Amino acid sequence: MFDFSVVTNWVHDWLMSLMPAGLAVFVECVLIGLGVLVLYAVIAMMMIFMERKVCGAFQCRLGPNRVGPWGVFQLFADVIKMLIKEIIAIRHSDRFLYNLAPYVVILGSILAFACIPFNKGVEVLDFNVGIFFFMAASSIGIVGILLAGWSSNNKYSLIGAMRSGAQMISYELSVGLSILTIVVLTDTMQFSEIVERQADGWFIFKGHIPALIAFVVYLIAGNAEVNRGPFDLPEAESELTAGYHTEYSGMHFGLFYVAEFVNLFIVASIAATVFLGGWMPLHVPGWDGFNQAMDYIPGFIWFFAKAFFVVWLLMWIKWTFPRLRIDQILHLEWKILVPIGLANLLLMTVCVVFGWHF
Amino acid sequence: MELTLDLIVFLVLAAFIVVSAVLAVTTKRILRAATYLLFVLFGTAGIYFQLNYSFLGAVQLLIYAGGITVLYVFSILLTSSQGDDHAEKLKNSKMWAGLLTAGAGLVICLFLTLKNRFVPSHFEHGELEVSTIGHALMGTEKYQYLLPFEAISLLLLACIVGGILIARKR
Repeated sequence: MFDFSVVTNWVHDWLMSLMPAGLAVFVECVLIGLGVLVLYAVIAMMMIFMERKVCGAFQCRLGPNRVGPWGVFQLFADVIKMLIKEIIAIRHSDRFLYNLAPYVVILGSILAFACIPFNKGVEVLDFNVGIFFFMAASSIGIVGILLAGWSSNNKYSLIGAMRSGAQMISYELSVGLSILTIVVLTDTMQFSEIVERQADGWFIFKGHIPALIAFVVYLIAGNAEVNRGPFDLPEAESELTAGYHTEYSGMHFGLFYVAEFVNLFIVASIAATVFLGGWMPLHVPGWDGFNQAMDYIPGFIWFFAKAFFVVWLLMWIKWTFPRLRIDQILHLEWKILVPIGLANLLLMTVCVVFGWHF
Repeated sequence: MELTLDLIVFLVLAAFIVVSAVLAVTTKRILRAATYLLFVLFGTAGIYFQLNYSFLGAVQLLIYAGGITVLYVFSILLTSSQGDDHAEKLKNSKMWAGLLTAGAGLVICLFLTLKNRFVPSHFEHGELEVSTIGHALMGTEKYQYLLPFEAISLLLLACIVGGILIARKR
């Protein structure tokens, strides 16, 4: 199993030999920040390309296929177009808040992104309250969306922002409850520790029935949390033009767009980490030869395979189901998912107390 | 005094908090005030993270930045219409009264901080165990009394629901 901390330790030692300790730590922080940003951008581009191809496949189309082989260079054309477009300032809008809002959204998204363990040794933010911090970071984006809706000085934007806020606040509850079910099973909230404990079987197998229920609830709530799929009414184009980012153009719109796609990836990769073992290969207790063979595949390949599998599941849902109404969405959350989540938490606690898990 | 990385980070955070706090009370628009308040809360969370108390930092982000501020913004969006969110101009008497109160508060705070003899800290560096926090929250021994406190907050919730019930016309 490849341990990435060899590389980070080598960089650390090398920097320490060159400069005083404080400066070395500062340089490392800058390097890690740059690394996170680059990975964020790359994943955003991969997600956008995947969305187009998957959407095309579900609608019996080919998707982008003109620029480069299989249309892979379409993305770069899109990025350059987005970067050089004019950023239009709206008259009679609160200019400061209008310009600030996309950055608040992207800040929350990047903070949540930095919590994900990609491989053994690649954990940027690894607090012992990791899951709790992840929930906190992902709740910051709501403020940005509300600010965007208000400061655009547009009725559609405001309605979109209000819907989005109500929806995200509600569904955060179900996301929290379903992750908490697994925290009860593992008795830790640290992401690296959670992955380590899945060495003898992923939690979806170890926790059997309650873990499976939690996984399904998490997928539904996570999909709603990122305003996608059948839950995309904040930007329902047939009634609200584009919701809270109607008035945004150029790279400010690009930031909302990128944050939405990376948030989808974050939701999928947390599902992969918490339920499907993260970078931990598939291990079956007792089958030593099989386990060793699985260990030859590096951790980050396992991680990305699982994460993109969950992303694909969520895209399948998005392009298959029709959009819900706002009252149906809130009904689904408060009257169906939250009671299921609470009962499931109780069920998992009973299972853990009586030792009915593997 | 030596200028370490820790001190620089603290100074940057402190300056950020002070500037945002001043802006929050001097701005004329209510939603901007809420946004500056959000910045103040971010800065405070940053100081908690610097002290390695990640639990309190995350609570600060989740409850204050992600919860209370959203609640503020939501209620501002619901109650005030666009365009008329400018504050009225302060009357002179009110401003003097405010300045006097702020000055008195500052004097009291400074007096207490400078007079108080702080006990030497016996906090060990490193992250606090989550299980320790959990026991402190749910335990029934000395210094472990958060559960009854939470029960009282349930009473508050009942009061809010009752208030809505009485205030609603239908």
